[in-house]
Amino acid sequence: MHPAPSLIVFTVLSGLGFGLLVWLGLGVRAPSGMAAFILFGLGYGLSGAGLVAAAFHLGHPERALKAFSQWRSSWLSREAVLAAATLMVMAPHAAASVFAGGGLPVLGGLGAVLALATIFATAMIYAQIKAVPRWHHASTPPVFGLAALAGGALLAGLTTLALWGMLALAVAMVAHWVAGDRQFAQSGSDTGSATGLGYLGRVRLLEPPHSGQNYLLREMVYVVGRKHAHKLRLIALVLGALLPALLLMVPASYLTVALALVAHVAGMCVQRWLFFAQAEHVVGLYYGRASQD
Amino acid sequence: MPVQPDAPLSPKPSDEVRKTTCYMCACRCGINVHMKGGRVAYIEGNRDHPVNKGVLCAKGSAGIMQHLSPARLRAPLKRVGPRGSGEFQEISWDEALAIATDWLKPLRDTAPEKLAFFTGRDQSQSFTGWWAQSFGTPNWAAHGGFCSVNMAAAGIYTMGGAFWEFGQPDWDRTKLFLLFGVAEDHDSNPIKMGLGKLKARGARVIGINPIRSGYNAIADDWVGITPGTDGLFILSLVHELLRAGQIDLNYLIRYTNAPYLVNAHDGPQKGMFLRDKDGKPMVRDRRTGQALAWDTPDVAPDLAAGVVLGGVEHLPVFRHLADRYLSPDYAPDAVAERCGIPAARIRAIAAEIARVAFDEEITLRQPWTDFRGKRHETMVGRPVAMHAMRGVSAHSNGFQTARALHMLQILIGSVETPGGFRFKPPYPKPPEAHPRPHARHAPGQPLDGPHLGYPLGPEHLLINDDGSAKRIDKAFSWDAPLSAHGLMHMVISNAHAGDPYEIDTLFLYMANMAWNSSMNTSAVMDMLTDKNSNGSYRIPRIIYSDAYSSEMVAFADLVLPDTTYLERHDCISLLDRPICEADALADSIRWPVVAPDRDVRPFQSVLLDLGARLNLPGMVNADGTPKYSDYADYITNHERRPGVGPLAGWRNGDGTGNGRGTPNPDQIARYIENGGFWSTHIPENAQFFKPWNAAYQDWAVAHGLYDSPQPYLFNLYLEPLRKFQLAAEGHGHRQPPDHLRARLIQTMDPLPIWYSTFTDAETDPAEYPLHALTQRPMAHYHSWGSQNAWLRQIHGDTPLYVSGDIWVRHHFQTGDWATLTSPHGRITLPVVRMDALNPQTVWTWNAIAKRRGAWALDPAAPEATKSSLLNHLIHELLPPKGDGMRWSNSDPVTGQAAWYDLRVRIEKAPAHQTTSAPAHPAQTSPVPPAPRDMAHQVKE
Amino acid sequence: MTSLPAKTGRKLGLVIDLDTCVGCHACVISCKGWNTENYGAPLSDMDAYGATPEGTFLNRVHTFEVARPAAPPMVVHFPKSCLHCDDAPCVTVCPTGASYKRVEDGIVLVNETDCIGCGLCAWACPYGAREMDAAAKVMKKCTLCVDRIYNENLPAQDREPACVRTCPSGARHFGDLADPDSDVSRLVAARGGFDLMPEQGTQPVNKYLPPRGRDTLQAPDLASLCDPVTDSATGFLGWLDRALERL
Repeated sequence: MHPAPSLIVFTVLSGLGFGLLVWLGLGVRAPSGMAAFILFGLGYGLSGAGLVAAAFHLGHPERALKAFSQWRSSWLSREAVLAAATLMVMAPHAAASVFAGGGLPVLGGLGAVLALATIFATAMIYAQIKAVPRWHHASTPPVFGLAALAGGALLAGLTTLALWGMLALAVAMVAHWVAGDRQFAQSGSDTGSATGLGYLGRVRLLEPPHSGQNYLLREMVYVVGRKHAHKLRLIALVLGALLPALLLMVPASYLTVALALVAHVAGMCVQRWLFFAQAEHVVGLYYGRASQD
Repeated sequence: MPVQPDAPLSPKPSDEVRKTTCYMCACRCGINVHMKGGRVAYIEGNRDHPVNKGVLCAKGSAGIMQHLSPARLRAPLKRVGPRGSGEFQEISWDEALAIATDWLKPLRDTAPEKLAFFTGRDQSQSFTGWWAQSFGTPNWAAHGGFCSVNMAAAGIYTMGGAFWEFGQPDWDRTKLFLLFGVAEDHDSNPIKMGLGKLKARGARVIGINPIRSGYNAIADDWVGITPGTDGLFILSLVHELLRAGQIDLNYLIRYTNAPYLVNAHDGPQKGMFLRDKDGKPMVRDRRTGQALAWDTPDVAPDLAAGVVLGGVEHLPVFRHLADRYLSPDYAPDAVAERCGIPAARIRAIAAEIARVAFDEEITLRQPWTDFRGKRHETMVGRPVAMHAMRGVSAHSNGFQTARALHMLQILIGSVETPGGFRFKPPYPKPPEAHPRPHARHAPGQPLDGPHLGYPLGPEHLLINDDGSAKRIDKAFSWDAPLSAHGLMHMVISNAHAGDPYEIDTLFLYMANMAWNSSMNTSAVMDMLTDKNSNGSYRIPRIIYSDAYSSEMVAFADLVLPDTTYLERHDCISLLDRPICEADALADSIRWPVVAPDRDVRPFQSVLLDLGARLNLPGMVNADGTPKYSDYADYITNHERRPGVGPLAGWRNGDGTGNGRGTPNPDQIARYIENGGFWSTHIPENAQFFKPWNAAYQDWAVAHGLYDSPQPYLFNLYLEPLRKFQLAAEGHGHRQPPDHLRARLIQTMDPLPIWYSTFTDAETDPAEYPLHALTQRPMAHYHSWGSQNAWLRQIHGDTPLYVSGDIWVRHHFQTGDWATLTSPHGRITLPVVRMDALNPQTVWTWNAIAKRRGAWALDPAAPEATKSSLLNHLIHELLPPKGDGMRWSNSDPVTGQAAWYDLRVRIEKAPAHQTTSAPAHPAQTSPVPPAPRDMAHQVKE
Repeated sequence: MTSLPAKTGRKLGLVIDLDTCVGCHACVISCKGWNTENYGAPLSDMDAYGATPEGTFLNRVHTFEVARPAAPPMVVHFPKSCLHCDDAPCVTVCPTGASYKRVEDGIVLVNETDCIGCGLCAWACPYGAREMDAAAKVMKKCTLCVDRIYNENLPAQDREPACVRTCPSGARHFGDLADPDSDVSRLVAARGGFDLMPEQGTQPVNKYLPPRGRDTLQAPDLASLCDPVTDSATGFLGWLDRALERL
């Protein structure tokens, strides 16, 4: 899949934002006054910025409101509804925290559940797609969820939670890669099933339908070199989870937390880039892309 | 429950449908042009049309994009830069026509042969030829010489018609279809429709082609033959059929010259038919043992025994034939390696042909009467049909190979019988019924007759007493005696060399001779721009007419911009290249469904205007005023013979004339009313056995196809060829030059033969081990497709397809490029693996590659940067072989350009190669830059 | 509206005969022509005359080569457009309801005025049947010519998809695959029509007919079929003489 910068930025930032809101809503971190203003502002800012980035991905952002209508069937619609609900439900809790010196636990708790659900919905947008076997796996929501929660905890200064979160994230990332590498083969789709000609012998694309590019190739048939990918995985793992965890093990300071945050965000951007770039869509089978087995 | 949106179910597709004829290739399908607000909105096939019956190919449906092409020329152009630069000034039509008149008038008055007028994919050849005849130049032809003249000439000489415009398989009845060579490029929709019928019935299709693409991909059996060996394969099938006695003797006796007696005695009569005092060929009557005229009533012709008269033995044609092809030289085991086909496969195919032809015989309960007056209660057919086109034709052994193919069809009795091959009127038409070629010219006078025709012996060659050619292309000379379509591909090199003489003006119409229509493309561009020592061009003047900014435009001194096919009148005439079906006579028109939005004019109208300015006979009235106001006027009112004009339908003032009749001023309107075409059916009892069917012959005369019945027998043995051989053996007063004698004796054999292509025979296989072929993609026609926004996306480059064998041997990998080298040149292009390919063959698409600056394309377009032409590897002459002469790279009988004889070697290109070669510098585009993005929708 | 109907009245779709398709691209361009002029935004072509032309097409013809054990390789032309799946994943993912499957005939459509151009439906489709138009920024797909098949402004015989009407070799068939007695259903039954990527669980309506057996000709040697004439010319003459007597 094409690693669109808007989608990478959207999933990383909004994940961080909603992750932060989970902790703030649950009251695990219960700031007040200026601290609340800054933390809630960060939560709203990041999730809002993510949504704006996502809107850039749309062909018709002016029609974005229509996306709230299909929550019965569409994870993307659910994500929009849940994100909006989170931000609305959480608003009184945030306002009370900033101005009244204390949050509203019921609304906060509800908001936290909604924020978690939003993160899950985002993950499910990808995980539901059977045509991208690497995504279509139980390990996809944990990667999104743990990234959001660990990053959110880090932002919230919940260093212990963040540390455990980072370690769990590292495990989830590796699990997702290991499982993901087998997914295409296990999907049962190959050029033979795609063409229905597999019973005759080995099927190979001879001539593409058009000699030039097309939307499908640009959007869904992105090829990343295996060596290159391994290097990037290492970078993602180290920067996104292991280095932050390491930094969180030393006595906490603004500097270490800030460094951990920078490393985590950078690492998650690389992870998300790989998440897209390494995801092979089965449509590639019609364009001569055999799975990277 | 949410409500489902309303889809727009009944939009109005158009406010008017205008029915005309497609010109996206040479098929001439009927199209419905849907108009909205006077603009073209959508094009689809015309369901009523005899050619395509509603279907339409990719090209046809993309006609709207051709009509909107940014490469359309906009106004007459006068060259202002050096030739080839593409620098022009737009001028008015008055000025353009005045220039042309000033150039041509003195030529006509002093030396009309100094005008060489050649047309390319012209569909008005009976008109342009008539114009040239009236001008008086012997130098006119269209593109057939580099297209498929081998096929056409072999068919006409052998049986009075060939494939495509001449005839078609009996798609509705055939049970076995053999397709030889690449055939996707001609008659495309009818063949696809026919294949669809075969497939729907589950009839067997056998494809004989080095490449399993296109039609061969759906062939039930694929025979990946080595290029240039089709003739040998066919003769091996003949060998097998003869051995097994699986031939239709009845058919041979009744309808062919198989029983004709041939003189077997050395001397000037050897190989000639025994004739009676009236000149009629004679046969041996089995009852009396006497030699009698072939058409003696109740004669029982013998195929086995001959007669001895005056000590001279005369044997039937069939004896000669059997003696030759029963030779072990043609046994499957003897030819298998050469053809690249296992012997068992050849035997299996022969057996299948025999099985279907004789065990699955078709009988129609349809009485008919033959030309001898004998009534037959049924029509018996052999349901084996065959088709071939360029693949067989474009070899230096193509004429004889096509003859061999027709012989095979005839031996099993499958020509003009149910389930076999059927002629389309006005064919069948034997060579005798065609004109002879003419070239006698005189200042200020029209030519003495039509340019092209079918010579019946050396006496019909167009040569001077010293043996030199009368035509600039040397057609109908000893170099190419039966060059029935002329030799357009030789015109530029001959004109450049001043051989046989110098010309003044080269006048070309829609022929991209500076690019994909020439062999040796780079050298041709040099010839067009070459100068004498005094600074004048070697070819003094070039006038070119085209609708589009093709590569050739840049080489013209004067450009006459043509319209697109939706902006013009045309007639697809029975006098020309007709569109008939096997059971119907038909012709059609084009008419301007939209007016041009540029200062362009239909070429044929311009030619009439020019003719009137030049005072050409037939084009001016007695008072010197133009006889025809435009081409539509000519189509309506011109009569070639009394009562026979360009269009056959609705003749006479009242429109009742079919085929014959006086001109009808409303004729074109009647065609438009009828959907752009006219068609009339052949009576049921006249639909088969046409050459011998009295009802057909009478019907053909009534419809103006002949002036009298013309029954004839098929020429298994082609006596005119023997006349050329006799001359080469030293008999007769017209003698070929000595260096050609041996070749004429070898190749002008009156019975079909196979010989190695000249290139194969003279190439060291170690140095050039591979055959290289091109084929035209079904979604493109010549160079036209690349200016079409839709079609160029399908084929925008030309990968070189190589067999797995070559792929592995040369360690190719995806993304690699290869260099092909022939004795004549080198090209580099991307390489792709294809296993369904003869292992000794590589191929690429034809005419996709473009020169930078042409066709309004971006100079960085893949057509220029990832594409090349095999033309760069092919020379019109064979490499020197040390005898001091350069031999033509063409068929020695017809002069057909031997495109498919090419031999090459392949090497992996360096890793940094990312651009195709050769890369010619850009021409200045004579049209403005193309728009970037397209989203064309005609709003109501 | 992006919930799939529990059941559609009919299942209109295409049956594509891989035994017959010659790969001419006629269907590709007639589709392009009709759908550029009709149903929603025109199908655009970016950089149409440039170095990287890229247009929207709702139907494309791929060409595959099949290497077979102990038989010559085959080449198969493979037209592909929307399969109008019963369980269409492209529909359920749509956040706006722009994508929907019609209850009456099962045709999957995009209501362009509701499309936000998120592209998720194209991701969800395993077959590459949806293409985002680069100019209009909305998702385009095969409509099964819904604006032809019911079109009262067209003659009855033209009420079929443009690709089917134009196909020169008759390799494309249109009809109701829910009706076991329809021509298309019979064709599928008779020729063993199959689904593409059944493992994706999409339950495509469109079916493909497999190529018939290739390179199966194994006729016996002619000589064993009939009385061999003989290999010598004189023997042939004897046969000829007898044969002529029989005529």
